Amino acid sequence: MHNRALPYLLLLPATVFLVAFFLYPFVMVAYQAFTTDEGILTTQYFTKMTSHWKFKPALNYTLLLAFTVVPIQIALALYMATLVSNMKRGRDLILYVWTIPLGISDLAAGLIWLAIFDQTGFLNSILVGMGLQEQPSLFLGYQNKGTIFLAVVLAEVWRATAIVLVILVAGIGLIPKEYYEAAQVFGAGGWQRFTKVTLPLLKPSLQTALILRVILAFEVFAVVVALGGTNLPVLMGEVYQRQFVLQDNHVAAAFALLILFISIAFTLLIMWVLRTPREARL
Amino acid sequence: MSTASTSVIGQSRVAKWAVTASVVFLCLWVLVPIYLLVANTFSSPAEVNGFPKRFWPSFDTESIEFFLNFHGVGSALWNSLLVASLTMILSISVGAPAGYALSRFEFRGKGTFRVLVLMTRAFPLPLLALPMAVMFIKVGLDDTVLGLAIVHTTLALPFAVLITYSLFSGIPVELEEAAWTLGCSRFQAFIKVIFPLVLPGIAASAIFAFVVSWNEVFAAAVLTIEHRTLPAFLLQSLDDAPLHLKFAGGAVLVIPALVFIFMVRKYLFAMWGIANR
Repeated sequence: MHNRALPYLLLLPATVFLVAFFLYPFVMVAYQAFTTDEGILTTQYFTKMTSHWKFKPALNYTLLLAFTVVPIQIALALYMATLVSNMKRGRDLILYVWTIPLGISDLAAGLIWLAIFDQTGFLNSILVGMGLQEQPSLFLGYQNKGTIFLAVVLAEVWRATAIVLVILVAGIGLIPKEYYEAAQVFGAGGWQRFTKVTLPLLKPSLQTALILRVILAFEVFAVVVALGGTNLPVLMGEVYQRQFVLQDNHVAAAFALLILFISIAFTLLIMWVLRTPREARL
Repeated sequence: MSTASTSVIGQSRVAKWAVTASVVFLCLWVLVPIYLLVANTFSSPAEVNGFPKRFWPSFDTESIEFFLNFHGVGSALWNSLLVASLTMILSISVGAPAGYALSRFEFRGKGTFRVLVLMTRAFPLPLLALPMAVMFIKVGLDDTVLGLAIVHTTLALPFAVLITYSLFSGIPVELEEAAWTLGCSRFQAFIKVIFPLVLPGIAASAIFAFVVSWNEVFAAAVLTIEHRTLPAFLLQSLDDAPLHLKFAGGAVLVIPALVFIFMVRKYLFAMWGIANR
């Protein structure tokens, strides 16, 4: 009797915690977005959200950033993972160096790339020093949305490729060596081994990495603020503006619900596209 | 025949060089930006704001002193430490029992609990700060270190559960059973046999929880006003702070996190290997 209750007792704190501070709050966001302070059901906050001039650019930039950053990260991490898995010496050291950005926050990454892209920054110092430019350029000015976007992409690729790399390296470690040996016996070259053995068997890891990264990409915030202030609007930045600066909780909740909706939609899509049939699992 | 074989060797040599060059380039790609931030931090304010920039630091501590003496920085650092430590304690003390239960028992509802834990991954968790702000005002936890630590624990708890689950799974049940037959109670066996074995792994996941909280910006900025953490402080001073304050702040944010990641490097891959399934 004692033993049958024990697992539930052990799970109780974590379950209570997640229900109280994870499930319930998300129900509350939805409630906040759809009701007024008097508790009347309304869609006015969504109208207010979509009719604001910053809504469209914020949505577009967020999606565009995600669709630019995530594919680069997946491709780069796949390349890094294959480099590492073919390595004989120094593998641990290289892996450690490549995973350093795991410990760096998005805000710090933004500040690091600000040191490079700022008007008095290192990039301008190189360009002017080499005589390619007469004057330092204002890369991050409000009229240069393109360079702000590029700086954010570089900072995000720099910071968050490591997490994809770690997931993929762990996944490659699970693939039995015999599969590669068999492929080699049948005459498969390096590229064929990659596309016919590694990629299909890595599907579950790719799925995990993609879901994680896409959701984090929709939450992009501090990097953008550090590099571009409010010049490059993104959804999470609008949530922050509404909640903290304008104290407009309901519209902030509407934005939050939109981000939540996009995140869940993409999670389901990725799960479906990269599904692995039970019999094909390692 | 001989020319063919030399061309193959030549090709493989080129390929080898290409690989080495890629590896070196990618290492520099990671390290150089961090170096530049550190170089900025250890240069005088005049050099940081001047142009063109020097690529090596002048080892002037004026920037970092300016940052540390800036109004609000001291308390922000202290709050960051408090919130991160609380997050660490909360997520391990709530998460580790769940991890143990998942690894040692078969029971109804196990699948449901795992789904609940994995579900946190499909949700943009920093958004929790919005409803929590309302909830905290009602219960008097608004603008407190504990309130923010609770939100950060929601971020760190799923990892704590999954990591401790795999740690406990890696220890044979037979060890525990041997202790039971020698007269230990379940609790004694856990403390005397299992706990010492999992301690390093638990420490690693605790450090991981610390870093998650130390680095978190959005919830911290939304939930605190008087009790701002360092990232929240930096975010809110981005508009008007001088460059040397921003860079010194960035470096102070980065360096402890790097030390911690170095300490848990052995566990990183194991952690993510599990978080996969």
